[in-house]
Amino acid sequence: MSALPTPAAPARRPRHPRRARRLRDLRRTGATGDKPATGGNPATGENPATGDNPARGRAPATGRVRRLRENLVAYLFLSAALICFALFAWYPIVRGVLLGFQQVTFAQPAEWVGLDNFRRLFADPLFATAWRNTGYFTLLALVFGFAAPFVTAVVLNELRRGQSYLRLTVYLPVMLPPIVTMLLWRWFYDPGPGLFNNVLGVLHLPAQQWLESEHLAMISLVLVSTWANMGTTTLIYLAALGGIPGELYEAAELDGASIRRRLWHVTIPQVRFILLITLLLQVIGTMQVFVEPFVLTGGGPDDATVTILLLLYRYAFVYNDFGLASAMSTLLFVVLGLFAGLYLRLTRTKD
Amino acid sequence: MDGITRRRALLLATTLVAGLALTACGGTPAPAGDKAGGVVTITVNGMPATTQAADRKDFEELVKQFEAAHPKIKIDAREGQMDPKTFAAKVAGGQLEDVYYVYFTDPAGLIQRKQGADITPYLADVPYLSDIRLELQKVFKDKEGKTYGLPTGNYSMGLVYNRELFRKAGLDPDKPPTTWEEVRAAAKRISELGEDTVGYADYSKNNQGGWHLTSWLYSMGGEVATEENGKWKAAFDSDAGRKALQALHDMRWTDKSMGTRQLLEIGDVQKMMGSGKLGMYMAGPDNIPTIVKQFERKYEEFGLAALPGTATLGGGDGFMFNPKATPEKIKAGLQWVQWKYLNPDREEENVTKFSGLGVPIGLPQPNLFAGAAQQKIQAVHAAHANVPQENYKPFVDRSPQVEVKVEPPNAQQLYTVLDGVMQSVLTKEDADLGKLLKEAAARADTILATVK
Repeated sequence: MSALPTPAAPARRPRHPRRARRLRDLRRTGATGDKPATGGNPATGENPATGDNPARGRAPATGRVRRLRENLVAYLFLSAALICFALFAWYPIVRGVLLGFQQVTFAQPAEWVGLDNFRRLFADPLFATAWRNTGYFTLLALVFGFAAPFVTAVVLNELRRGQSYLRLTVYLPVMLPPIVTMLLWRWFYDPGPGLFNNVLGVLHLPAQQWLESEHLAMISLVLVSTWANMGTTTLIYLAALGGIPGELYEAAELDGASIRRRLWHVTIPQVRFILLITLLLQVIGTMQVFVEPFVLTGGGPDDATVTILLLLYRYAFVYNDFGLASAMSTLLFVVLGLFAGLYLRLTRTKD
Repeated sequence: MDGITRRRALLLATTLVAGLALTACGGTPAPAGDKAGGVVTITVNGMPATTQAADRKDFEELVKQFEAAHPKIKIDAREGQMDPKTFAAKVAGGQLEDVYYVYFTDPAGLIQRKQGADITPYLADVPYLSDIRLELQKVFKDKEGKTYGLPTGNYSMGLVYNRELFRKAGLDPDKPPTTWEEVRAAAKRISELGEDTVGYADYSKNNQGGWHLTSWLYSMGGEVATEENGKWKAAFDSDAGRKALQALHDMRWTDKSMGTRQLLEIGDVQKMMGSGKLGMYMAGPDNIPTIVKQFERKYEEFGLAALPGTATLGGGDGFMFNPKATPEKIKAGLQWVQWKYLNPDREEENVTKFSGLGVPIGLPQPNLFAGAAQQKIQAVHAAHANVPQENYKPFVDRSPQVEVKVEPPNAQQLYTVLDGVMQSVLTKEDADLGKLLKEAAARADTILATVK
């Protein structure tokens, strides 16, 4: 836009054609400029010059007001969204953070208690357990849940036949309501007549306590979660894989690259960015794991599957202590905020 | 369309959208008037859901009867009860019913948080109040003796058992176990029947493990928490605690009479009982109609014994009042609660009507009253019983020897801790019982330190 013909360059480089034109008009109407050439409200342009360069002194003020006027409709359109955002997203967040510093019963006015809730939070031995368990879940989810959809997508992408049918099959679990998924898996995991132990029995392998063993419980939960959620990620990867130009593979094949090398040198570099984004989204998502432990283990055995959200749920709905729950969610919010910030930064640099 | 009109049109549209958004987001309902022509309208909950058609119809009929007998009171009945998941939201949003249903675990916390109205000044109008068992009334009182609600139901934990499985295992269904050794032996015999039959099952998930472990502790002569100089401390790291865990451990791992699937909760165990695969479990009499109805069984199939040992856990439910309710509403609400739930005079009429409708009559509990009022009710029930009362004789006969104790303070929080103990015993063969109790006691102490 710098190439616009402005007789005397204004102090700030106009970035918008309309603004540039306005400045040009200003120049034309003269230094005092009490009557803007484009008509409009005289109230916005009557200000006498204060500096020795009138255009320089007045243009931003006039421009701002006028821009406001010209964009009024846009702002009105925006305001509807902003009001709803404020009411349904920002207000609850702010209120939630404030609740973390209060003792609330809702029957009485809330009482400010300072950092008391946070102190009580740190004193709860389950607090550390919950973060550790959630960290462990997230880590396991990355091991299973990150690799599985990528491998599935690569395999599906290579298929010549039945791709759309398999694509649907992979996506099917996502469409099941979570509770149905959980009940289904509860039967898979049942130590008595369950599917998995029956299969193990046929293979002459010892039956496992899938959900009842401290060591296996979390892994079992991650399997459920991965199975239930990988469909979406697989579709994203498939889309990304579909976007890789075929010439790259052709060139690689001409150079005699093996499948493994093509994967390593063409596929992965091409979808690297998508991989990174889904990784971050997955961290944000899996740190909020709740349904799996809530339905399948209730946090057991021996607190091995107590996650942050499960503990938060207990604080709020078992103990009826919303201050404590809000303090906990504020901490989670901060941690997830860091990942979200990272995500935003990465997506922005890419654009 | 030139620029100006288009812009105007846009402006109009935007204003409309914004206006709609505002009304949609910020609409506040007008507060409903509680009085119209001297008539008080009260909202009450505890109405059965439409899925329980017969119960719902009865409830609606009773509301009509009550309104006919009390022309100045209108009942606006709602479904549901005190649900911790929605309770706070209801209070915050001004949607809490004037009269609301609670379990015995809730009143202490609700009173402490001032989420219930003090009804002491209005109690003079409750006719049978003095006949209600004192230990049940106590659940709704604070330290100063002020009253915040009325009990309308109660239970104490016993052993529900499958008479048919007892017979199959060569046990006498009319002589159920009275000691934990006998429970263990019976459970072993039943599980030896094979085909996934489980001798004894217990809960260990979602606070229900802690709830039952409390009953185990009481029955072993122990306590969960004790008060000393106004300060509460955990008391389950004791002989009673070790005995309870040892008994569970031995049944689970030595005798293998508790099945392999653990982390159970009440619904799972009732299902096991309903499918005829479970010998015994710890429960109150109210569990029997649930199983019979839900799994289409017959009352004759189930028996009820008192819990072994010296004491058992008791609980129940009742009604509390909205702290923001006006005195008129509280008075009207009290009339409703006592008329509907605490009325020995209406028992004959009710029972005659309900016995033919499949409502179980003749279960040993609820047992709300003492003295003459209770005798009156029992006589009516005996005359109209539609359940095999002889199957509950072991429970009724031994009950006077078993003390009924209420739940500890901060019960739900303690139960989450005890859940972990229960889970460890039932899922880890090599669990260190002493260490489990010691660690859990340390955690329970921090929870009990907040009891005011």
